[in-house]
Amino acid sequence: MSWEGTSRRKVLIAKLGLDGHDRGAKVIAMALRDAGFRVVYLGVHQSPENVVRVALEEDVEAVGVSILSGSHEELVSDLIRVARERGLKVPILVGGVIPPEDVGKLKEVGVYEVFLPGIPLSKIVEAFRKAVGESA
Amino acid sequence: MSSSERVRERLLEWEREVLEPILRRAPERRKAFTTEEGIEVRRLYTPLDLEGWDYLEKLGFPGAYPFTRGVYPTMYRGRPWTIRQYAGYGSAEDTNERYRYLLSIGQTGLSMAFDLPTQLGYDPDHPLAWYEVGKVGVSMPSVQEMDIVFRDIPMDRISTSMTINATAIEVLSMYIAVAESRGIPRAVLDGTVQNDILKEYVARNNYIYPPEPSMRYSVDLILFAAKEMPKWNSISISGYHMEEAGATPAMEVAFTLADAIEYVRWVMERGRVPVDTFAPRLSFFFAARTNLFEQVAKFRAARRMWARIMRDMFGAKDPRSMMLRFHTQTAGVLLTAQQPMVNIIRTTIQALAAVLGGTQSLHVNSYDEALCLPTEESVKLSVRVQQVILYESGVVDTVDPLGGAYYIEWLTDQIEERAWKYIDEVERMGGMLRAVKLGYPQREIARAAYEWQLKVERGEVPVVGVNIFVEPEVPKVKILKVDPAARERVVTRLRKFRESRDQIKVRDALDRVRRAAEREDVNIFTPIYEAVKVGATVGEISGVLREVWGEWRAPEVF
Repeated sequence: MSWEGTSRRKVLIAKLGLDGHDRGAKVIAMALRDAGFRVVYLGVHQSPENVVRVALEEDVEAVGVSILSGSHEELVSDLIRVARERGLKVPILVGGVIPPEDVGKLKEVGVYEVFLPGIPLSKIVEAFRKAVGESA
Repeated sequence: MSSSERVRERLLEWEREVLEPILRRAPERRKAFTTEEGIEVRRLYTPLDLEGWDYLEKLGFPGAYPFTRGVYPTMYRGRPWTIRQYAGYGSAEDTNERYRYLLSIGQTGLSMAFDLPTQLGYDPDHPLAWYEVGKVGVSMPSVQEMDIVFRDIPMDRISTSMTINATAIEVLSMYIAVAESRGIPRAVLDGTVQNDILKEYVARNNYIYPPEPSMRYSVDLILFAAKEMPKWNSISISGYHMEEAGATPAMEVAFTLADAIEYVRWVMERGRVPVDTFAPRLSFFFAARTNLFEQVAKFRAARRMWARIMRDMFGAKDPRSMMLRFHTQTAGVLLTAQQPMVNIIRTTIQALAAVLGGTQSLHVNSYDEALCLPTEESVKLSVRVQQVILYESGVVDTVDPLGGAYYIEWLTDQIEERAWKYIDEVERMGGMLRAVKLGYPQREIARAAYEWQLKVERGEVPVVGVNIFVEPEVPKVKILKVDPAARERVVTRLRKFRESRDQIKVRDALDRVRRAAEREDVNIFTPIYEAVKVGATVGEISGVLREVWGEWRAPEVF
């Protein structure tokens, strides 16, 4: 399929925090790309400030962050705080090694969707489509 | 008629008279059966699959070249593998408690996990570090913390493995300093430091500096240990993280050995030392997946290839230089959050693969690790898995019990052949350092990871609880949470420690680290060790090295 000339939706994928496990983030970036998204892949060791700055510069429509180090609560709270301060209004999606009991807390602080281990790629792609206002 | 002609004749007869009628009535479940590597597996293996195969050339005897059957002549009949669970979290006190618990239930060696700030050269009060203090390992900013971790643990009798790379010299220095303060000389210390920076760029991502100064740092540790720590493994060249990132078994073997080749070249050139002065202390680290026979073949192929590389490529004479001694960890990526207890069964098969593959040391993942760090209860089961294999299964009673099996030997050859192709490709690029800067192994691994995931999605890779035999509810698992007070404890203690030091001595020691880093011709180990001894922190030392060497930004891989 060719996407030349169509208005492809742009999303950002980043590894938030110091965690280096980037297999999931890369696989999701590739899946989103294959599904027709334009993906800005920011890579590892990203601070909340940097993710928000690049999201604004690149004018993305959704931000996906991956965290496997168990630091998701504080990192994501800060990411959402910084996003609000800087006026970034796009949905933020989070995945990683996250215990099911933390999902509620992450959604409470404003996360659009949380992906737990083992979720199919198709569901993740679908969630991003919904996040950018596209029907699947 | 020769023996193989007779076998061939009887095989054809069997196919005609026994097999074909059955296949007509009951066809096989799939058209093709393949390993995870993508090797097509035949229905049956016979001596005909090993025609021209030479026992002495391919296998020989355990403890002798080419070490295919094992690095020691008696293997587990003489000495069991080391039961070594990777552990550490929170503050030094939490970790000390966990280590003493593990030893109390029968663990026979320690394996230290450090938190991300320690691994990336930040003190816990650094703004980038704060979120991650004590989360995936113990926080280790200063020598004082190491002393607490090893309270009531006999450093002269236990072997310790440390997963530390970009800050390996700082952390090993702390270990030496604490041991020496207890009257234990460095020469008797037994253990391993991972110190494998190349695989950080390939797969694990805990690098700090650009590749060249990082290689110099790693090599300086190897050269130091070769002189002063005869029982210490100065590097653990790791395929585990490549497998976790998506590498196939042949890629895991190939990129690990390609890394090893690069280290050997660098040490010989930088140290101007013969290969046998340091090679006996090089060690390895692989993953064990559930695909049992392919994994066993992988370990055996790796051993044979390393022996060839050392003898033929580097002219090693000492047999110990040719022995691929390795630690194994069961594959974390194969753990599922769904029906987590099933993970105990998976890890048992994986652990068996490691043992049948001849590992020297083993970590078995715990069933809850797709969700959190293991609890005491779950890690105990991991130790018990090892003990059941060791004491009840009988697989340890003979050396290399699968050796000579037509399938295993055929598969070992297949893995070896595929792995050499990747090594040749890396060599064409000018070695692993160049390949890493070009992003070659990173791209190959990312591609394999994506292909694997697509296969899981399509149901081509069945995973119990994930795409077959799915249950709607995720059962509740007891979650280990790192005590938030641990971070406060670590930071408060660090601030006090910084004030208590002789500031002039610290400043001078850091200056010497800087001057050593600026020059090419001195070993950086001792200046760092001296700085650690007078109380310089990991963050301070890495800070100096960052100023001199800069930081690495990964190449775009897609």
